Amino acid sequence: MSPGDFVALAVVLFVIGAVGVLVRRNAMVIFMCVELMLNAVNLAFVAFARMHNNLGGQVIAFFVMVVAAAEVVVGLAILMSIFRARRSASVDDASLLKY
Amino acid sequence: MTGSLAVAQSAAAHAEATLPAVGAQRAAWLLLVFPLIGAVVLLLGGRRTDRWGHLLGVAMPLAAFVYAVIAFAQMLGYPGDQRSRNVQIYQWIAVGSFKVNVGLQLDQLSICFVLLITGVGSLIHIFSVGYMAHDEGRRRFFGYMNLFLAAMLLLVLANNYLLLYAGWEGVGLASYLLIGFWQFKPSAAVAAKKAFIANRVGDAGLSLGIMLMFSTFGTVTFAGVFSHAHQAGPGVLTALGLLLLLGACGKSAQLPLQSWLLDAMEGPTPVSALIHAATMVTAGVYLIVRSGPIFDLTADARLAVAIVGAATLLFGGIIGSAKDDIKKALAGSTMSQIGYMMLAAGVGPKGYPFAIALLLAHGFYKAGLFLDAGSIMHGMNDEVNMRRFGGLYAVLPITFTTFAACYLAIIGFPPFSGFFAKDTVIDAAYHDGGTTGWIVGTAALIGAGITSFYMTRILLMTFFGKRRWAEDAHPHEAPPVMTWPVILLALGALGFGAFEILGDRLPDFLGPVTGYVPPEPSVVTQAGGIALALMVIFAVIAWLLFGRRPIPETAPAAGPAVSAARKDLYGDAINESLLMRPGQWLTRLSVYFDNRGVDGLVNTVAATIGGTSGRLRRVQTGYVRSYALSMFLGGVLLVGALLLARI
Repeated sequence: MSPGDFVALAVVLFVIGAVGVLVRRNAMVIFMCVELMLNAVNLAFVAFARMHNNLGGQVIAFFVMVVAAAEVVVGLAILMSIFRARRSASVDDASLLKY
Repeated sequence: MTGSLAVAQSAAAHAEATLPAVGAQRAAWLLLVFPLIGAVVLLLGGRRTDRWGHLLGVAMPLAAFVYAVIAFAQMLGYPGDQRSRNVQIYQWIAVGSFKVNVGLQLDQLSICFVLLITGVGSLIHIFSVGYMAHDEGRRRFFGYMNLFLAAMLLLVLANNYLLLYAGWEGVGLASYLLIGFWQFKPSAAVAAKKAFIANRVGDAGLSLGIMLMFSTFGTVTFAGVFSHAHQAGPGVLTALGLLLLLGACGKSAQLPLQSWLLDAMEGPTPVSALIHAATMVTAGVYLIVRSGPIFDLTADARLAVAIVGAATLLFGGIIGSAKDDIKKALAGSTMSQIGYMMLAAGVGPKGYPFAIALLLAHGFYKAGLFLDAGSIMHGMNDEVNMRRFGGLYAVLPITFTTFAACYLAIIGFPPFSGFFAKDTVIDAAYHDGGTTGWIVGTAALIGAGITSFYMTRILLMTFFGKRRWAEDAHPHEAPPVMTWPVILLALGALGFGAFEILGDRLPDFLGPVTGYVPPEPSVVTQAGGIALALMVIFAVIAWLLFGRRPIPETAPAAGPAVSAARKDLYGDAINESLLMRPGQWLTRLSVYFDNRGVDGLVNTVAATIGGTSGRLRRVQTGYVRSYALSMFLGGVLLVGALLLARI
């Protein structure tokens, strides 16, 4: 498999993730889609690192993983408290903060 | 030829240096301080001064008069060209090169006014003690009267225009307070406001004149302005003359600012006598005569003064001929007499002394006439309608005698005051020469006839004929405190004119100030004779109309001419349609423009921004997914732009 195929896979994964964020209502699924997008980008970074023989891309992938882990912790905490208060994980229900 | 000589001589006379005062004259500020003390004590002292307030109010003018006589006696001891004395008090304003001192100028012209103001003023104050005896506000009345005297003396004693202006505004304030003295009467309150507003128009003219003086000459002192006057251009001088004339018109109730004087009769009668007959309304004449060196250099402004005077003397006389209210008839007469003075002042140096001579004589007889009117009102329950008088000569003998004396003086019956004072004015008008001289001279001659007509009418309607009194009227002679001042004024009215004019006494006295030169033999020596003939003819006409026939108790319907005169020759209507209505339209227009134009623009901008942001706000839906979409689209745009830029 050439590195180009990994980039193509990353694009596919990213699009799936983006569409999932835009069309799904369940906050849990949206989170997973966000993770999917992050990992697609990680995959692209690693592929580009391999293509250019440059370790920078692999290092950034680690950083992204750390940030993603922190993001998941905070996001899940928020999600938990919203679910406790409203008995729903739908992001369309939590629309009070508006004009 | 002789004109230019006269101008040169008068300029030389005005340029003479003013010497510092010595001796008793150094205390000239006492003249201001005496009445000012009276005003301050009476107005701030409150009710605890009620009991003796009127005594203080009389004592202060008397003290000022005594001092004025002393200063006058000292002045007579100097030779003619050294009589102008300066009393420096303190420096008022010092801004850069602009310095104004509070200084008084005692010269022949101001001493004439000081003696008139304090002398006649004292007599009127004494009269007021009796006239206002039953008025609750007598103390306040005397306070205002003293305030008026202080302001008027400041006006005539000031040695610069700015200080004169302070006095000028002071007399305006006192006049306002005294016209509206009985402010519970709506008519009095309205009349006071009217007088104040009409005067503001004139005051604006005077203040603009002073500003023009400052910007042209860099000084506002009489000495400084007059010595530099010949350096100014003719346009500036004419503008200056016309602005001063506007100021004089306001204060002296001359056309076109005449309308306030008739309404000013709402004030107590002594006020009408002192302020609106003898002194304040003559301030305009003082201003013109004092500013003689400016008017000497501008024939156009002089002509305007003469025309205003001639027009007003006819205007006032015609109004006075139709009024049934004795005070308003006398007020019309005052306008007319001041018109004479303005006319004489418009003639120039040849007329100034005669303007002042008439002014002083008028101070006596018009104050006497007004005080007599006050005595009549005192005895007739404040009735002023002459149609309800009649036959009063038998019950009010002293009032009748004094009134008759003043009557003979004002119509110019020889050898009393008016005969000398007025005929010299008519002569001076004809002496002016040319077409204008003839026109104003003829106006003055006709005016003499009209004077005789309206005064005879007042005399006949008041003192002769059937008794047309109201049922509850019991006319009685006033107490001595009111009759004696009138008797003294009547004596002055009889003899003062002859004293002034015979032997050129007053013209010679005033000569060094006014630049008077005796005229060459008269072109119309018979002017005096014609005036005499007109006087008799018009008196006979008045007798035929008002003496021989009974007078109806209500005014009969009259032709257009008499109706017009009864309505002040439509002076108020003209003011209303020419000034008030357009003014109201202008206000309405600006209010409309402000509401619709200025406010409209501001409101439109605000509403547009508000509406737009209101719509823009709807973007904040609260749906996370729509935010995510916009972020996504933004990212796509960004990446697209980067790619395009790269390629």
